[in-house]
Amino acid sequence: MAPRNDIDPTSTKALLEKAKETQADIKSKWIPNFFETPFWRSIFRHKIDETPRNRSLAVLSNVFLHLQPAKLNRDAVRYCFCWGMGGITFYLFCILTFTGVALMFYYHPTKADAFRDMLFLKNDVPFGNLLRNMHRWAAHAMIITTWLHQMRVFMTGSYKAPREFNWNIGVILLLVTMMLSFTGYLLPDDQLGFWAVTVGTNMARATPFLGHEGPGIELVKWTGEQLGVDSTVNGYNDVRFALLGGSIVDSNALLRAYIWHCVALPVLGSIFMIVHFWRIRKDGSLSGPAPVMLDSEADKAKGRR
Amino acid sequence: MAFDWVQLWQETSKPDNVPILIMTAAVGYYLWYGFREGVRHDRLITQLEADPALAKTHHRKPYPFHPAWDKVVHTWPYLLRVEFLAALIVTVGLILWAIWLPAPLEPPANPTLTTNPAKAPWYFLGLQELLVYFDPWIAGVILPHLVLGGLMAIPYIDVNPLGNGYYTWRQRKFAISTYMFGFLVLWVLLAIVGTFIRGPGWMWFWPGMTWDAHRQVHEVNRHLHELFGLTDPWVVGIFGGLVTLGGIGVGMAVCDVIFRKFKPKTFLRQNLVQYLITLHLIVLMAAVPLKIVLKLVFNIKYIWVTPWFNV
Ligand code: HEM
Repeated sequence: MAPRNDIDPTSTKALLEKAKETQADIKSKWIPNFFETPFWRSIFRHKIDETPRNRSLAVLSNVFLHLQPAKLNRDAVRYCFCWGMGGITFYLFCILTFTGVALMFYYHPTKADAFRDMLFLKNDVPFGNLLRNMHRWAAHAMIITTWLHQMRVFMTGSYKAPREFNWNIGVILLLVTMMLSFTGYLLPDDQLGFWAVTVGTNMARATPFLGHEGPGIELVKWTGEQLGVDSTVNGYNDVRFALLGGSIVDSNALLRAYIWHCVALPVLGSIFMIVHFWRIRKDGSLSGPAPVMLDSEADKAKGRR
Repeated sequence: MAFDWVQLWQETSKPDNVPILIMTAAVGYYLWYGFREGVRHDRLITQLEADPALAKTHHRKPYPFHPAWDKVVHTWPYLLRVEFLAALIVTVGLILWAIWLPAPLEPPANPTLTTNPAKAPWYFLGLQELLVYFDPWIAGVILPHLVLGGLMAIPYIDVNPLGNGYYTWRQRKFAISTYMFGFLVLWVLLAIVGTFIRGPGWMWFWPGMTWDAHRQVHEVNRHLHELFGLTDPWVVGIFGGLVTLGGIGVGMAVCDVIFRKFKPKTFLRQNLVQYLITLHLIVLMAAVPLKIVLKLVFNIKYIWVTPWFNV
């Protein structure tokens, strides 16, 4: 598969040749060159020619693309290294935001409306069913791609210096992703979500010191008695009550799930994603594919670049 | 009893269970894919270790190389075209999936009508499965926090400088097998068990068995101290504490010996705090499947019984 000639098709020299050809080609056309009109230049601050400069500017002068470096390790574009799972996770998050906002137009987080809104989406809203299905399956897919992304980061040792902290940001993102899915599960207000969330939050009853059935509540109560305050932990003031806004999964729990799902967690997730992406750049872009290090060189390694 | 294909099909074809099938297939595929890259790199490493002269001049990647080629390429178009293609495939795939499978919608929530089995979404079923083996404060609270804390600790306790930025098995056998054990067995496998094996009453149904809600299983749960005929609560509590904490201690001591013998480099590179955290995490991680085996094979429910909590 290896190219035989020693002219690199991506090298600067080959590009310049190609650029000259393109320019001549465009000039020879009698239609006014759209890419040189003030209109075009007002949008993109660089020319369209295939020059190395423009290739860099295309990335650097675009707010979305400049998340990425203008140039990258030539082997890093190989699929076999990073599997694209981080990028796909982010893309799925974008799809979820888009379809999620559309769903919000049709959804009321109240016991009276929530389930009816599902039926309405399913049977009456144009493309409502497709919208809901896409949101549902994108959420499941995002969980899968996050796990795969984490697996590849582990297998390439990409959490090693200097990327230790970004791995931790990743663990938080993993948690946020799972909690996003979990809070969304309750929103249709059907049997599936109701019992899943009931089972899930029942565990919070048993939180040590904070749940009314958890170990250590006697200690909390005893401490309160010594201090002269009532510190009894029961089903109406423990951590589960705080999660649900009640002692059972009911209208307050629905509202809480809705606000976590549509506001708090997406915002938190976005913030951590911004940090995650920023740190990838600051930690020296993708970790590889790096040249292999030999066992005999391990002790010389500084670990940091 | 005849093999119940209908039951098997019902469970595997449930729209909400399709993702876990996809996940299992994808994890399997990428595991193979990653290890294949690992083997490629390991071959190169072996070759270079044996030939120091070559190691000095080699570009050290198993990919095509020419000294005249640039080390970097432009993001536009070489990366962006791949990303565009990926976005296209994901979008089309998702739309097809959404046309093909309807998102489930069950009857309206009804607190008076318990579903049996009542299951969390599939990605949490590993945790729900742990509820069989541990009390909720461990399964639902302590263990998830240990998982998150343990994951966060990984970069700080893995002191091996090798294998940073490339796939390798040879240079990171211990790290990779530990992670894969945690992820594949304690997370993915338990989730699969929770999804496909656990039926009504959270009872164990092998694939092909009918999920009979009236099935009775006569299992007598025992506690460890009962095997020794202990009855006095004080004795029972102290016995359980000794077994549990002592077991963790012995486990750490055994790990310590193994580490010193087989991983002397890691042992020397880690400081005391790193070393102790590593030992704790390894032993606690090994204790989970141990408890699972005790319960599944010997029907032992608790090892440590006290008036305040049970382990
Ligand atoms: C919402 C979830 C996440 C998103 C959107 C995300 C996104 C990304 C992207 C786009 C990259 C660039 C390389 C690639 O695509 O592989 C990346 C790299 C990275 N991610 Fe994530 N990630 C997420 C979760 C995680 C998790 C769960 C972990 C680990 C616990 C993690 C750790 C890392 C690390 C260490 C890198 C640097 C890898 C390298 O330099 O080779 N991320 N992430």
